[in-house]
Amino acid sequence: MKRLPLALSLVLVVALGGAACSSDDGPKIVVYNAQHEQLLEEIAPKFEKKTGIEVELRNGSDSELAAQLRQEGEASPADVFLTENTPAMSAVEREGLLAPLEAAATDPIPAQYRPDSGLWTGFVARSTVLVYNPSLVSEDQLPASIMDLADPAWAGKVSFSPTGADFQAIVAAVLDLKGEDATRRWLEGLKANGTVYDGNNVVLESVNSGEVATGIEYHYYWYRDQAESGENSDASELHFFGDQDPGAFLSVSGAGVLKTAEHPDEAQQFVAYLTSEEGQRALADSYALEYPLNPAVSLDPSVKPFAELEPPTVAVSDLDGDKVVELLSDAGFVL
Amino acid sequence: MGRPTTTVRRLGAQAARPPGVLVLLGLLVAATSLLPLGFVVVSAAELGPAEAWHLLTRPRFDDLLWNTTRLLVGGVALSLALGVGCAWLVVRTDLPLARLWHGVLCAPLAVPAFVNGYGWISTTHAVQSYWGAVLVVSLSYYPLVYLPTVAALSRLDSSVEDVAASLGAGAWSSFFRVVLPAISPAVLGGALLVGLHLLGEYGALQLLNFPTLTTGILDQYRISFNGPAATMLALVLVAFCLVLLGLEMLARGHRRRSRVGSGVGRAAARHRLGRSAPAWSAALLGLALLTLGVPLLSLLRWLVRGSSSSLPGGDLAAALTTTLGLAVAGGVLATVAALPIAWLAVRYRGVLVTAIERAVYPANALPGIVVALALVTISIRVVPSLYQTLPVLVVGYVILFLPRAAVGVRGTLELAPPVLEDVATSLGCTRTGAARRVTLPLVLPGLAASVALVSLAVGTELTATLLLAPIGTSTLATEFWSRAAAVEYGAAAPYALALVLLSAPATWLLGRAAVSRNPRRLA
Repeated sequence: MKRLPLALSLVLVVALGGAACSSDDGPKIVVYNAQHEQLLEEIAPKFEKKTGIEVELRNGSDSELAAQLRQEGEASPADVFLTENTPAMSAVEREGLLAPLEAAATDPIPAQYRPDSGLWTGFVARSTVLVYNPSLVSEDQLPASIMDLADPAWAGKVSFSPTGADFQAIVAAVLDLKGEDATRRWLEGLKANGTVYDGNNVVLESVNSGEVATGIEYHYYWYRDQAESGENSDASELHFFGDQDPGAFLSVSGAGVLKTAEHPDEAQQFVAYLTSEEGQRALADSYALEYPLNPAVSLDPSVKPFAELEPPTVAVSDLDGDKVVELLSDAGFVL
Repeated sequence: MGRPTTTVRRLGAQAARPPGVLVLLGLLVAATSLLPLGFVVVSAAELGPAEAWHLLTRPRFDDLLWNTTRLLVGGVALSLALGVGCAWLVVRTDLPLARLWHGVLCAPLAVPAFVNGYGWISTTHAVQSYWGAVLVVSLSYYPLVYLPTVAALSRLDSSVEDVAASLGAGAWSSFFRVVLPAISPAVLGGALLVGLHLLGEYGALQLLNFPTLTTGILDQYRISFNGPAATMLALVLVAFCLVLLGLEMLARGHRRRSRVGSGVGRAAARHRLGRSAPAWSAALLGLALLTLGVPLLSLLRWLVRGSSSSLPGGDLAAALTTTLGLAVAGGVLATVAALPIAWLAVRYRGVLVTAIERAVYPANALPGIVVALALVTISIRVVPSLYQTLPVLVVGYVILFLPRAAVGVRGTLELAPPVLEDVATSLGCTRTGAARRVTLPLVLPGLAASVALVSLAVGTELTATLLLAPIGTSTLATEFWSRAAAVEYGAAAPYALALVLLSAPATWLLGRAAVSRNPRRLA
């Protein structure tokens, strides 16, 4: 067994290689990041430069990281948790894993984008839209409400990504606004009418290439593609439902500090930076094109202005992720 | 294979009882290999009949079951037709340029199925259907039938056919009544491999938007982690694998295929294609366009356009480094783990040793997703400090690829029977000197080959890596995947190219091995 030490040392080399990027001069916070990886990779260095606090990102999806935090419990190395949508953050809040945020972090954000508990705060928002292909459905045929997409008239003309956290947040909003029975009927209609894809970029590409007439997703997929090359969006348009329709649901991305954070002060500073005018400006100017929630900052005017979205009123703590999974399962989208 | 060593052991000076340390190590490796199966059994017991029934009657389950079944039937059937047909053309007809065609027909193995799926879906949406899925996976996996069939046909004793012909059988009748039964173990073995690969396939089917049990497990995992739904699907998936193994054994049957005498050594007469030769060449060219042309041309097209972003030099280098590190660690560890198993099997036969050796092989039939799910669950429950760490990922690779290493290492150790060491000591060598100067040089090339073979497999593994790679650890496959799944086809292209290059050497070796014992018959 002469080769065993060699093998072990190789494993160690690999393991250390992974950790080597993190030298340990100065405080370092670990951020469990379910927001888009690229976005935080733009913001974190700015924060590091300003404060000297190092940021280690661990990227994953909403439910994956929420589940990981729940499994790790007190042993979690995480200082900060960032989500794309609120249900995963609420789940972690219910487990009692979050510490109250300091006023510096919450004050810049209007109260409707924060839970009453003060345990986390929204920091950016995304609007639900219907992306459509004008060669397959004309503007005057577009539905007034997202609920209409369950009508037989839309058979074969709608697509979405039900295994993703985004669509699940939209369903959660419909559930909150319309109640369980209406949501069940709506999902059954969508199941009959719709094409299921894996991922919102795939939805966009499929609509743009004429595979399917419309797709339910968030606004920024289309805008980002426009800003980049337009390759997957030039042949499609966005339809904003507005009018407080569930289809105008505004999903909030949340930021919270873990109770068990090893560097609680630095973690609070990080969230405060995200909500500060400076941090929000950096978010707004990034490729992300999500809406900043600090009223002092707004997006580039090429994106539909925040004030014109007319979203329905949905309390950020009210979204019930577990119930949504049950409804999606009954409708046959997931097991 | 083991017979000659039995004789050698009687002659040699080895004790019949294996050393305790070796047995302990063997038991440890065997137990690790059996972890995923243990996970499946324990989970089944924990779920309980009520919960299991509830999950099995969900509407989504019917879809996944139906899709998995029809993909298996269609994919295996098409792979069989392509694999056996092409093998016949190459080995048993006067097809021009047969050796060249052999290379072309093996080459699809160098394009991982998920890269092939990417090539197709970034070219046309038409493959997002049942038939599209069957076509794409068959184009990727038919070589698994083709290679063993070529090997079997090349080694077939042609005199049996001569007898059939002398008794009045025509070409077709002789093929179906004489040749096919003789090569059926190889063909069935290939079909089984295709079936197991189809059951474990994730990347290609996800890109083609064709949900099966395996893609369903990853969907559930993203929604509720290692919850009961993912576990239940894993159970059903393992049941599918067992059914396939059973079917293959049934089809193989108990017919005897031995013969008396050594047969004739000459090559079988090649069927003359005559005027249809150009048509068959054209058909093979068409196949090559589908298997290699579409994915490689689309890869090149995206490389040139690279529209999703500029060439990611830093990311690519980082992913390459991680991939190489993991590949070497996986290759070395799997080979090291195979050593005690193979050593025991070669030098000390016995009930316990046989049990240890056999315990390693079931993992061969387990999809990567099941191994990954098992390790996630076990590490969280039993050793939470290891959860989301590289050692768990490497252990996953070892379990998945240990069967390959074990076969290779065993074959290698058989080259160095103990009698050689006895001779060396009788000539004045010390025991360690004999091991160093006689045994080591004999086995080293084989061990290196085993490391290389496993490393190449690790380097292109996607499904288990997606679940087990610690957050923040990116391999070529996961980096490719995150881009391809986000429709950033241009940005995915450099990673796809790297994966193809990584798969090429193993493919070349396999292609050569299939005809190596009878090179003349292909010439």
